[in-house]
Amino acid sequence: MEPINKVKSVLTPLNRKNVDTDQIISKEFLKRIERTGFGEFVFYHWRFDANGNKIEDFVLNQSKYDGSKILLAHDNFGCGSSREHAPWAILDYGFTVVIAPSFADIFHNNCFKNGILPIVLPVEIIETLLATAENQTIEADISLENQTIKAVGQSYHFEIDPYYKKMLINGWDEISLTFQYEEQIAAFEAKKSLTV
Amino acid sequence: MGKNIIEKVWQQHIVYEEQGKPDLLYIDLHLVHEVTSPQAFEGLRLANRQLRRPDLTYATMDHNVPTKNLPIITDPIAKKQIITLADNCKEFGVELADMGHPDQGIVHVIGPQLGLTQPGKTIVCGDSHTSTHGAFGAIAFGIGTSEVEHVMSTQTLWQAKPKTLEIRVTGQLGFGVTAKDIILAIIAKFGIDVGTGHIAEFTGDAIHQLSMEERMTICNMSIEAGAKAGLISPDAITIDYIRGRKYAPKGEAFDQAAVEWLALASDDDALYDRTVTIDTSEIEPFVTWGTNPSMGTGISNTVPFAADFEDESDKQALQKALAYMDLQEGTPISEIAIQHVFIGSCTNSRMHDLRAAAEVIKGRKVAKGVTAIVVPGSNTVKQQAEAEGLHELFLNAGFEWRETGCSMCLAMNDDVVPAGERCASTSNRNFEGRQGAGARTHLVSPPMAAAAAIAGHFVDVREVMNIPV
Repeated sequence: MEPINKVKSVLTPLNRKNVDTDQIISKEFLKRIERTGFGEFVFYHWRFDANGNKIEDFVLNQSKYDGSKILLAHDNFGCGSSREHAPWAILDYGFTVVIAPSFADIFHNNCFKNGILPIVLPVEIIETLLATAENQTIEADISLENQTIKAVGQSYHFEIDPYYKKMLINGWDEISLTFQYEEQIAAFEAKKSLTV
Repeated sequence: MGKNIIEKVWQQHIVYEEQGKPDLLYIDLHLVHEVTSPQAFEGLRLANRQLRRPDLTYATMDHNVPTKNLPIITDPIAKKQIITLADNCKEFGVELADMGHPDQGIVHVIGPQLGLTQPGKTIVCGDSHTSTHGAFGAIAFGIGTSEVEHVMSTQTLWQAKPKTLEIRVTGQLGFGVTAKDIILAIIAKFGIDVGTGHIAEFTGDAIHQLSMEERMTICNMSIEAGAKAGLISPDAITIDYIRGRKYAPKGEAFDQAAVEWLALASDDDALYDRTVTIDTSEIEPFVTWGTNPSMGTGISNTVPFAADFEDESDKQALQKALAYMDLQEGTPISEIAIQHVFIGSCTNSRMHDLRAAAEVIKGRKVAKGVTAIVVPGSNTVKQQAEAEGLHELFLNAGFEWRETGCSMCLAMNDDVVPAGERCASTSNRNFEGRQGAGARTHLVSPPMAAAAAIAGHFVDVREVMNIPV
């Protein structure tokens, strides 16, 4: 996966709690057997009506957010289905950072495997940023190394698991890393004989 | 101090631990289906890696498969995904319950049915409803495709140890109230993110009175409460269910395993990071009215009013949900008319569910204008239901009796609810568009779905059962 450290971009505000992965990528687009090409279908039923026409007031259809790499979301983002097609679609569309007050566990995990930085900030800060970003475009300057977000003249610190921070900054393939523990895995298996 | 089952099972599976890192956890059983696996198999091929333990891996086809006119798959992309799984299983040596195989079915129905699911195992699958297997006292959770590939390559996963949540359910279940109503009531009361960052254990006398199939319904929807996994400590009912199943230990090995399994149960003085409690006296047959599983209420209630909520964003969420669902504040639940009924899914497609629904429809007819389908959870369930004559009861009442699969729960195949129409569904998610673009889903138990099919609108199944046929 691509390493990620510094990201500077306009924030795209998605002011809705409990956005589930069915909304991020609807099931009719899950039949591909590749990891790529999902971006054009992200939030499909919020972007397009039943006749395929753009729903103009949806944030992703507003030109002021074009080229944005940072999605600013609300509580429990990515709940529901485990489909990794959701982070694939978000990444393929162009977002590399998602900021929210909280994430659903599986989605959160899936982000780290794909070079997406999920940032948790307190809900009061998110709500202020959402309100501002809905009215005017605001830019954020993010450093994963320093664990900071600079936006609207403020600097916010965020916490991140040191293990996943290292993975993201280096763009490491987790499977290659785990192969370094082959000895421990083999020892565990020797101790515990298992068959289906 | 005692330990809870979550701590015990987790501890037994740590391959490697180090300060500042997640634990490297061994995975005992990896279940695979056609939708979330092709990119993982492709990853193995590209990196020239082996599938480490095909003997701990088991595959089936469920998400995409048609439920009528077998074996023809009209959708070419779905067909490609299905063929790809068969090819991948062959190439990597994975046992596959292919379409039409007697053991084929919804992955979370067949795991327990085959005895693959056992207490104390760590079980994963690229599907969030893997939590179902927790009913046996396993730590079972859904993973993304990258993690599917990681398990295929290493039989392990890096996992930060979650916090523990006890969901205690006390009391006796009343007539007409089911396991589905318990879990819907839990999610409505505590919210769809109460379990985030936690593994939940369901405890209490109300839980341990339930059959294994009912426990699976409860654990299945743990993910709908945000929990990483949900489980129930094994007891005599668990052991009885597993005995004699295809992949369960046999003879003395079984007796020995049973002793070990029972020892995994949470100790009486076990502690949890958090405990929430609900009493079954609070629970009546449930119906969801909104666009996430916490937006539900009892059949005797109404759709809520915005004024019922204090938080501004909750008021907005209510209004957005009601706009999508085309419902008004204060509408009695029993006045909501439905056009579709779906009895099926990994939540409610087992024998207990089909029997409970059949009991309601026996001698009655599906209302005019309602399309009702039953999709058994596996070929085995279908066969057993037919041996009991349940299919005739459903067919005589005007239901369609289909082949197995995930079907209308997520509508990846042809079983789709048309835009603007309403479905009383025994599945697990009522998200926007879940059963078809613009479709409106109401989650209910199998008896409540059957009662709605007959009445053409939601109705208290307890009243229906009191009216002689």
